[in-house]
Amino acid sequence: MIPVLLILIPLLTGLAAFFFKNDKNVRLWSLGVSLFTLGVSIMGLSLKDGAGPLAFHGEWMQTLGSSFSVKLDGMGQLLCLLNAIAYPLVILATWNSSYKKANNFFALMLLAQAGMMGVFLATDALLFYFLWELALIPMYFLCSQWGGEKRIAVTFKFFIYTFIGSLLMLIGILYIYSHTPDHSFSIESFYNAVLSRKEQHTVFWLIFIAFAIKMPIFPLHTWQPDTYEQSPTATTMILSGVMVKMGLFGMLRWLFPVVPFASFQWGDFITSAALIGVIYASLIAIKQNDLKRLIAYSSIAHIGLMCAAAFTQNISGLQGLMIQMFNHGINIIGLWIVVELIERQFGTRKISELGGLAQKAPVLAVLLVIVALANIALPLTNAFPGEFLMFNGIFSSKTNYYLWFTIMAGMGIILGAVYTLNMIRKVFYGTTNELTNTAMDIKWNEKLALGIIVAIIFLFGIYPQFLLNSTVAVTDTIIDKFEMLNNTLPKQ
Amino acid sequence: MNALLLSAILGVVMMFSGILLKSKAAVRNLAIAGLCVLLLANILEMCGTIFFNIDTKGMIVFDNFSLLFNSIAFVSTLLYLLLSARDMEKVGVNYAEYFALIFFILCGITLTSSFKSLLILFLGIEIISIPLYILTGSDKKNLKSNEASLKYFLLGAFSTGLMLMGIAFIYGAMGTFSTVSIGAFTASKPSALLIAGMLLLLFSMSFKASVAPFHFWTPDVYDGAPTVFTSFMATIVKAAVFIAFIRLFDDAFGFQQKQWQLFIAILTVATLFIGNITAVFQQSVKRMLAYSSIAQAGFMMLSLYAMNADAKEGLLLYTAAYSFATIGIFAVLIKMKDYTFDGFNGFAKHQPLLAATTTIFLLSLAGIPLTAGFLSKFYMLKAVMAEDKNLWLVIFAVLMAAVSVYYYFRVIQAMYFKEGDAQPMEVTPAFKWTLVVLAALVILLGIFPDLLLIWFYF
Repeated sequence: MIPVLLILIPLLTGLAAFFFKNDKNVRLWSLGVSLFTLGVSIMGLSLKDGAGPLAFHGEWMQTLGSSFSVKLDGMGQLLCLLNAIAYPLVILATWNSSYKKANNFFALMLLAQAGMMGVFLATDALLFYFLWELALIPMYFLCSQWGGEKRIAVTFKFFIYTFIGSLLMLIGILYIYSHTPDHSFSIESFYNAVLSRKEQHTVFWLIFIAFAIKMPIFPLHTWQPDTYEQSPTATTMILSGVMVKMGLFGMLRWLFPVVPFASFQWGDFITSAALIGVIYASLIAIKQNDLKRLIAYSSIAHIGLMCAAAFTQNISGLQGLMIQMFNHGINIIGLWIVVELIERQFGTRKISELGGLAQKAPVLAVLLVIVALANIALPLTNAFPGEFLMFNGIFSSKTNYYLWFTIMAGMGIILGAVYTLNMIRKVFYGTTNELTNTAMDIKWNEKLALGIIVAIIFLFGIYPQFLLNSTVAVTDTIIDKFEMLNNTLPKQ
Repeated sequence: MNALLLSAILGVVMMFSGILLKSKAAVRNLAIAGLCVLLLANILEMCGTIFFNIDTKGMIVFDNFSLLFNSIAFVSTLLYLLLSARDMEKVGVNYAEYFALIFFILCGITLTSSFKSLLILFLGIEIISIPLYILTGSDKKNLKSNEASLKYFLLGAFSTGLMLMGIAFIYGAMGTFSTVSIGAFTASKPSALLIAGMLLLLFSMSFKASVAPFHFWTPDVYDGAPTVFTSFMATIVKAAVFIAFIRLFDDAFGFQQKQWQLFIAILTVATLFIGNITAVFQQSVKRMLAYSSIAQAGFMMLSLYAMNADAKEGLLLYTAAYSFATIGIFAVLIKMKDYTFDGFNGFAKHQPLLAATTTIFLLSLAGIPLTAGFLSKFYMLKAVMAEDKNLWLVIFAVLMAAVSVYYYFRVIQAMYFKEGDAQPMEVTPAFKWTLVVLAALVILLGIFPDLLLIWFYF
């Protein structure tokens, strides 16, 4: 029942939130239910993988061969936990931001959460597609309604990009469906689908484009910086913290095990694109003057590295990727919270107009430095084990170009340190100016939100084993698929 | 059979109601009550209670497919009358006659959904068309309405001529009008006469369904006709023509699929392309909806291309999804003062409920999941994918669906994200609640299509 609850709680409470009249009440309501969702998600975590309450199967659309089946496995647990932690943090950190028609804002946020939960839980391809879109539609309305000046055009670009991707994925799903032995959309049938090598290539590209747009990886990333910049920050946090993980997750769950041959064949090509993206995005990030755009590009760089790790297709790379999906989500939400605080206080996000904040807001400065160091994966922070494993994975992968890939990934890390430290230096140190002279330190709710993030950073930096244990079973399944590659593939 | 006779009788009753009943409200209520009776009679027939049993020598057969479509058409018409019947008063003085004509059209629809003979098909199409010519020109003092009516009549008469010629050719080749006998023909090489007749039928049906390149009348006629009747024409009538289309080709020409499949593919691609791309450039929502109806026709053509069990099932869902959503949008559009996109600016602020339901209808037309529009498009794609090796057609179709998002979302953007002062004319609570019911139906069918499709197998 737990996976059903994880979808239904945000869905129903989100619909209810539309009918609230009072701004304050709807905030309390969303905070309360998101904490409740977090509780349910932690309860799911405490159960052993494969336990009865972690799966649910219901009849739905029988004429189409689809059913409502959801399951919480190791990888899903981690991402559901991320989704569940993100919401209370975001609501807490943006408690003081005011929105016109706050009831609609929070209702749409909760609906998006329901969609994302569903994506991480669905074990039926059609249900997966439904929920994939359910997550997108509220985001479209959130960004278009409450975003910045150029919001309408920018969000529309984002929507069209992802919608085209989704539709191609739908064709891919139908293609696999027509090759399943028992004509069903269930994940088991998909894993048993018989596809020749040529068909695997077709399916791979149809589906991969949707995930590549969502992540996004170079050169399909152009919607991302604009959208992050124009969206209200609370939405950006969810977009970059949780939603982009849908692409990585989708690859691991719906692409690699179904078309292992094509995934292996195209690995070098896509890794190259992803790593070029890492360097490209890092270089642009160094040049950025706008904090939001800087973090947006930094996110492209991180996701590119994760995508490269996904295509290493060995245990080290995949395990690193899984824990990094969780940790990157936490860290980037921390960074966005800082940006939100700065923007709300000074009305600007321009790095050149800020400076010397550390003297005026010492608590904020300390917390930011910790989050920023986690962003560049310093040892003892949560990102370190993940990035280390991913590096190890890239270095020991079977490709001929492993050395080049490792060098490129390494350059990405160095450049990441450059722009992150540069940002800290310019915003927090140096001399104060007229704008920052009157700066005040942060309020208790913001301290609490950032404090929790810092606690998580240290917790999983020092003891990552907990995360690694929960995903090991899923990793093995995927690796098995690759190992079986040569035995099961039909001859052309 | 129940619906066929009842609809004809009700048409006559409505004609006389104009003389006998003095108030317009009474006429309207009579029409709505009549439609309820019609719907009930049809549902009873689905459950096996048949009032009239006339031997038609196999020329008309009411099977699950036709009965289910009749029900969809009657439900759509009922919702249409509940939403828009009041607005017909503004068109002209002959209030009762409009209802009579609508009942006659419904009579034609029951024929086109159940024919097993080419003659009945012809009769059905004509019974639909002639009242439509009148309804298009019903705004007598409006030049545009007159022009549209004349244009529609001339081109419609021409395509009817083509259809008759096609039927004559087929009769010459086969010696029968029965679609079943034609379909039973299994000789390896069909005669040139049969092929010519088949193509003529294909073209004339394409004209009636506004499939490109036979679509040129559509935007002008839809734009010129009074908006209340455009709504009816663009939804229920169009759906009925498609039902006739698939029934004809399934029964009569099913085994010669290879002969015409390429033609259908070309028509589909052309329709999707022209409908979607032209809709992007429209400034008036009404004209946009006219082109959108062409675009949606392109999607419905996919079911003809595939012509399998999924396709027939999916087409039924498609007609329901498309009719419900389009009727809803038109009902709101009729109430607007300004038909341009800018006329919707800031609509959500004044009428949040109307804006929300309109959004659901637009999302459904664009094919977003959780709405009936998505599942119906999904059925079409699935039907074509089952044929295998048709990937290019499917990819083209979804790219065009992505284009359609552009013009449907322009209305949403205007309603929600732009500043403006769009006010509808007076709106009754009953109107609002009917719209909510319609939106609920769209979502319900989008989540549980089996509720409708179970009747297909019943």
